[in-house]
Amino acid sequence: MISTLRQQLVSGETTPAAILERLAGEIAARDSRTGAYLSHDLDSALAEAAAADLSLPLGGIPIAIKDNINVLGQPCTCGSKFLSENYKSPYDATVIRKLRAAGAIPFGRMNQDEFAMGSSTENSALQTTRNPHDPERIPGGSSGGSAASVADGTAIAALGSDTGGSIRQPASHCGVVGLKPSYGRVSRYGLVAFASSLDQIGPLTQTVEDAALILQAIAGFDPADSTCLDAPVPDYLTELNAGVKGLKLGVPKEYFGEGIDPGVRKNVEAAIQKLAAQGAEIVEISLPHTEHAVATYYVIAPAEASSNLSRFDGIRYGHRAANPADILDLYKKSREEGFGPEVKRRIILGTYVLSSGYYDAYYGRAQKVRTLIRRDFENAFQQVDAIVSPVAPTPARRLGAFSDDPLHEYLSDIFTLSANLAGIPGISVPCGTTDFDGGKNLPTGLQILAPHLGEAKLLQIARAAEG
Amino acid sequence: MPHSHIDVRYVANLARLELTDEEVATFQPQLEAILHHAEALSKLDVTGIEPTAHPAPVFGRMRDDIPHESLPPAAVLQNAPDQAQGQIRVPKVVTDA
Repeated sequence: MISTLRQQLVSGETTPAAILERLAGEIAARDSRTGAYLSHDLDSALAEAAAADLSLPLGGIPIAIKDNINVLGQPCTCGSKFLSENYKSPYDATVIRKLRAAGAIPFGRMNQDEFAMGSSTENSALQTTRNPHDPERIPGGSSGGSAASVADGTAIAALGSDTGGSIRQPASHCGVVGLKPSYGRVSRYGLVAFASSLDQIGPLTQTVEDAALILQAIAGFDPADSTCLDAPVPDYLTELNAGVKGLKLGVPKEYFGEGIDPGVRKNVEAAIQKLAAQGAEIVEISLPHTEHAVATYYVIAPAEASSNLSRFDGIRYGHRAANPADILDLYKKSREEGFGPEVKRRIILGTYVLSSGYYDAYYGRAQKVRTLIRRDFENAFQQVDAIVSPVAPTPARRLGAFSDDPLHEYLSDIFTLSANLAGIPGISVPCGTTDFDGGKNLPTGLQILAPHLGEAKLLQIARAAEG
Repeated sequence: MPHSHIDVRYVANLARLELTDEEVATFQPQLEAILHHAEALSKLDVTGIEPTAHPAPVFGRMRDDIPHESLPPAAVLQNAPDQAQGQIRVPKVVTDA
């Protein structure tokens, strides 16, 4: 827990260097099994530790960083061969600049699905990450390295990115807290873009309080990201322990239908009952366009990805194919060699839905359905303060179980995608464990969704759920 | 709505991806299944519904016109696969007429 470590740092009981050395020891001891870290640079972290200002809110606290967020001088592979050869970040992402300004030390580069495309971390071109609770299972994804390291104790806290659930779902599968902020709450400058209207950076932590502390440091206006909102950042800690008495929590009936594992349902219902016992009023609500969220998302996100990933052309950075016949050949061969199958699939899909003759039928229509999905939430939040649901239909599946069936994998994102389409904040809080498909004691997560910029209330409810 | 047919090789060329025959054979049914799923959107009535391009749109915000430092050339060039004379080198783009 960050607050405990902070007390020990301020009292002189420990030092930033001692914390880093301990983490390096944990990584050496256990990460070969989990595979959460792609790399870590202890020497540069120790140099920062020596200069750490312990009076700052995160002074001396190391934070692990998903490998798609630029940290000056560090690798930023995005889990891709395209960027794994020799790329070094030429600048700090805004979130890193803000973490440093709050005294934190970025330490470690965490594995992920290639360019954040996936829900299992199996699409990393670089290594396999395993769930610390059961090494035969996925950690979830795409921020699988971030979630697995926090669950495994090889990181204190981590940053991830969430485009359709990529913070919340791995947090749920690994039994940690994962927060996706509202669209525009946190700057995306320096995050390698996947789908620019959906991406947000957020924390993966051991506790809700830790998530609040990190959000406090990274939220706020940034002139370098034109979609980052110029809205005041409230104090996320003052109301954290205010409880849920008198709050109305909506349970969307569409999120408890067929396909949801009985163990997940039981744990989520028990978590909701626990909130009711603390004084929350539970109301059944409807989000009628839920069944269209997967189709909407898997048109819009690949469309934006196909555009964003056109920058990886072998010219300015990353992989360049040897001996091209001409410039066109250089583009095509570099991309063929550098990208893995899921990235290629999504680029082709996105190019198709944006192409002349198909644009209106797919992309144009998906943008309109996105409006309907957004309105579902606006209507729901007229009635309730927040929405509670499962994060994922099942606990962590076995590694390799869906490898030839991408649509099947996409369908399991059903409960998390809508928050990105609507731009609202969401959090995953651990809610017990269950047995599933031969696995024992696998973590499950409660998802809480709040209105746009409603992070303070979201964290307050999450704190009560964590109990 | 078009009926989930996609010419994978043609679209890949638009996206500047050179696929192997194996990849085309693998992607073809996978992409058709995804497009078939997306066709459910055509059953919804979206008459008069405005499209959402951004969930929290911000329009027309002007920043102050203050000069600031950009990345120095060395930082930009450090990741270039091939460079010469302070510039990124690429295969010949313009051919003789």
